[in-house]
Amino acid sequence: MKKNKSIDWKNYDPNTFYDELIAAKGKPRKAATAITDYLGNLGSEEIQARQQAAELAILEMGISFTIYSEGENIDRAWPFDIIPRVISLREWETIEQGLAQRLTALNMFINDIYNEQKIVTDKVIPKYVFANSKNFREQCRGFTPPLGVWAHICGSDLVRDKDGKVYVLEDNLRVPSGVSYMLENRQLTKRVFPELFDNTSILPVDDYTNQLFDMLASISPRPQDHPRIAVLTPGIFNSAYFEHSFLAQRMGAELVEGADLVVGEDDCVYMRTVEGLERVDVIYRRIDDDFLDPEVFRADSALGVPGLMRAWRNGKVGLANAPGAGVADDKVIYAYVPDMIRYYLDEEPIIPNVPTYMCVNKQDQEYVLEHLDELVVKPANESGGYGMLVGPHSTKKQRTEFARLIKKNPRNYIAQPTLSLSVAPTLCDEGLAPRHLDLRPFVLQGVRTYVTAGGLTRVAMRKGSLVVNSSQGGGSKDTWIVDEEN
Amino acid sequence: MLSRVAERLYWMARYLERAENNARMIMAFNSLALDMPRQTQLSWKGLVAVTGTGALFDQHYQRADERNCVKFLMADSYNPSSIASCIAAARENVRTTRDQVPTDAWEVINELYRHIQEHIDQGIGKRARYEFLNEIVGRCQMLNGLLAGCMSHDEGYDFIRVGRNLERADMATRQIEVGALQFLDGWDGTETYGGLLWTSVLRYQSAFQMYRHNVRRKVSGPLVIRFLLQNEPFPRSVLHSLSEVANALGRLPRNEIPLRTALQAVRHTREGDVDALIRKEDVILFLENLQLEIGELHDDIAETWFPVYETA
Repeated sequence: MKKNKSIDWKNYDPNTFYDELIAAKGKPRKAATAITDYLGNLGSEEIQARQQAAELAILEMGISFTIYSEGENIDRAWPFDIIPRVISLREWETIEQGLAQRLTALNMFINDIYNEQKIVTDKVIPKYVFANSKNFREQCRGFTPPLGVWAHICGSDLVRDKDGKVYVLEDNLRVPSGVSYMLENRQLTKRVFPELFDNTSILPVDDYTNQLFDMLASISPRPQDHPRIAVLTPGIFNSAYFEHSFLAQRMGAELVEGADLVVGEDDCVYMRTVEGLERVDVIYRRIDDDFLDPEVFRADSALGVPGLMRAWRNGKVGLANAPGAGVADDKVIYAYVPDMIRYYLDEEPIIPNVPTYMCVNKQDQEYVLEHLDELVVKPANESGGYGMLVGPHSTKKQRTEFARLIKKNPRNYIAQPTLSLSVAPTLCDEGLAPRHLDLRPFVLQGVRTYVTAGGLTRVAMRKGSLVVNSSQGGGSKDTWIVDEEN
Repeated sequence: MLSRVAERLYWMARYLERAENNARMIMAFNSLALDMPRQTQLSWKGLVAVTGTGALFDQHYQRADERNCVKFLMADSYNPSSIASCIAAARENVRTTRDQVPTDAWEVINELYRHIQEHIDQGIGKRARYEFLNEIVGRCQMLNGLLAGCMSHDEGYDFIRVGRNLERADMATRQIEVGALQFLDGWDGTETYGGLLWTSVLRYQSAFQMYRHNVRRKVSGPLVIRFLLQNEPFPRSVLHSLSEVANALGRLPRNEIPLRTALQAVRHTREGDVDALIRKEDVILFLENLQLEIGELHDDIAETWFPVYETA
């Protein structure tokens, strides 16, 4: 039985990985000294007690996510590790600029390909790249939404490699989720380590929902003081329902399902209330394009609102994200984002992409097939970590299967080198141990661009694992942007 | 306010009230069972009858003994009126209207749900049953207090009031009816225990103390029935509950049809001549008519304000 042994950072070994808190064995990074000193003085029993307090708070606050398993929807408590991940403000400022730059270029790209397609004419991106994308919507051609913005909310996944360099791993422009957990994680840390906030300058994250509200209000078709905003959810069985409800509550918006809305003869969108029909100005939709409007997309969709596309194209309702924005979610298009930044903004990308092999290119495909055991292979259009091959952790059988899939549909696969994702100290059964993580900041774009201070840090809780998705056993951490100079 | 939200708030209130009523009722009956001499066989099945789930019970159990009945009333998930099912349903309704109710209320219902999941065995067993049920009643009261004190008294709150009071009236009429079925028979037979039996019917609604204050006569069937039906100041009487329903409906938009039905039910309750209803059959008939009116009132509310579900 360990008797209140305090944490000895000299015994914590991140191996050859880049550690977010520790520069070298026994040497914390400058921005992290407050937290490492503090934890070093707490003692392991006390740290366990705080972890338990956090877990209890999660149950009480009902912070949960839903997974679908064995034919049932199970509401799971949100997995949270109390030791925060720390990034220095100076480094963050660069990342912030990089993210704003990236989303600006992405929005210009989306608007371009639905209109003139100049980027194709100028031979920067071949047409087949988006014409074959599952998320390219012919129905959006020849339209420009207010402000020219299609992707109002973006969640880009960032990873850090062995040498400490930060890369963009992917952009989520459809219905990125996780921001509510970022906000709740901070609430939890404030409950668990209130003492730490006194002596450290940690950037607050709580303003996100105000920023989201302002951005949504800015795309209202009726310029007025009180736009009626609704969050459109697929319903309680969706894995992110908690978040839909959370955001509606924080914004004072209505949380609606498709059946609550109706498009009138006048092409305006109305919701069914106890008083009768009331007009809705802006919809923050959290359902995929496919299900949005059965008149235009999937006719069998029971989640959507017939006529919604008509209302949007006629400028009677604001939709965020705009239908068709997901085209830039595609992992083949991802490979071209640095080119887009140069093309539209005439700037060099501030945050690099992870090198990407496109199986549709003959040369790339040959390389990928020869190096399957070293690479990560991803389908171009999936999210949530599904349908991936992680080469170094794969079996021969899995590699044979992926080789077959790639040859059958090369357009649908990309491959990237297996990065040595950075780690951070995480409370595990064996005590404090390094675990791999990534970061999902959220970016809002309307009249202005806003980047969250940090984002959602997701941790692979199993030793050696690189899979951070909560649907597959991943955990999370609070993310601190720390101003060392103050 | 969204029609769907109105519907969920209404059902949240109904389920909460139902859970609380069941808890009070089991507590009262439990205490009575401990008082009665061993040879007097009290039927726990009567409690099942009050919740209108007798047929369902028979499908699952051979014997209507204490353990089976208590388990069915508290824990069984296939019984939609068991305490565990009611709290789960109430929680689900709050979960889907979290943007409308105060966050604290969500936390209380969520904790209550977890409390029941964790401690249900204590409730089924004899030793800690009282503590378990008392805790449930206490937390339901806390939730009602939170809603009353922290939620705007707007349309949403009116739907909660309608749901809570309609459920209360419905439950009270059933309790009186089952009491009448069981105990009016033994008018002379169980004379010795008649007072005790009718006291327990009062206790189902936590009405004993207020009955004593107001009636100041011995506890007897007709007097208890009259009190539980018609005592206007007592907040759990049928008359009071239905008047509350009518008050809340009066503030809602487009309320003509439900309000008319509610006022009619209030009038029938008030005008019921309990003294003339001394025969058991008449009492039962009167109560059953009242229950039909309560059912009709629910239908009117649903038709006026709740979403229409198209069957695909």
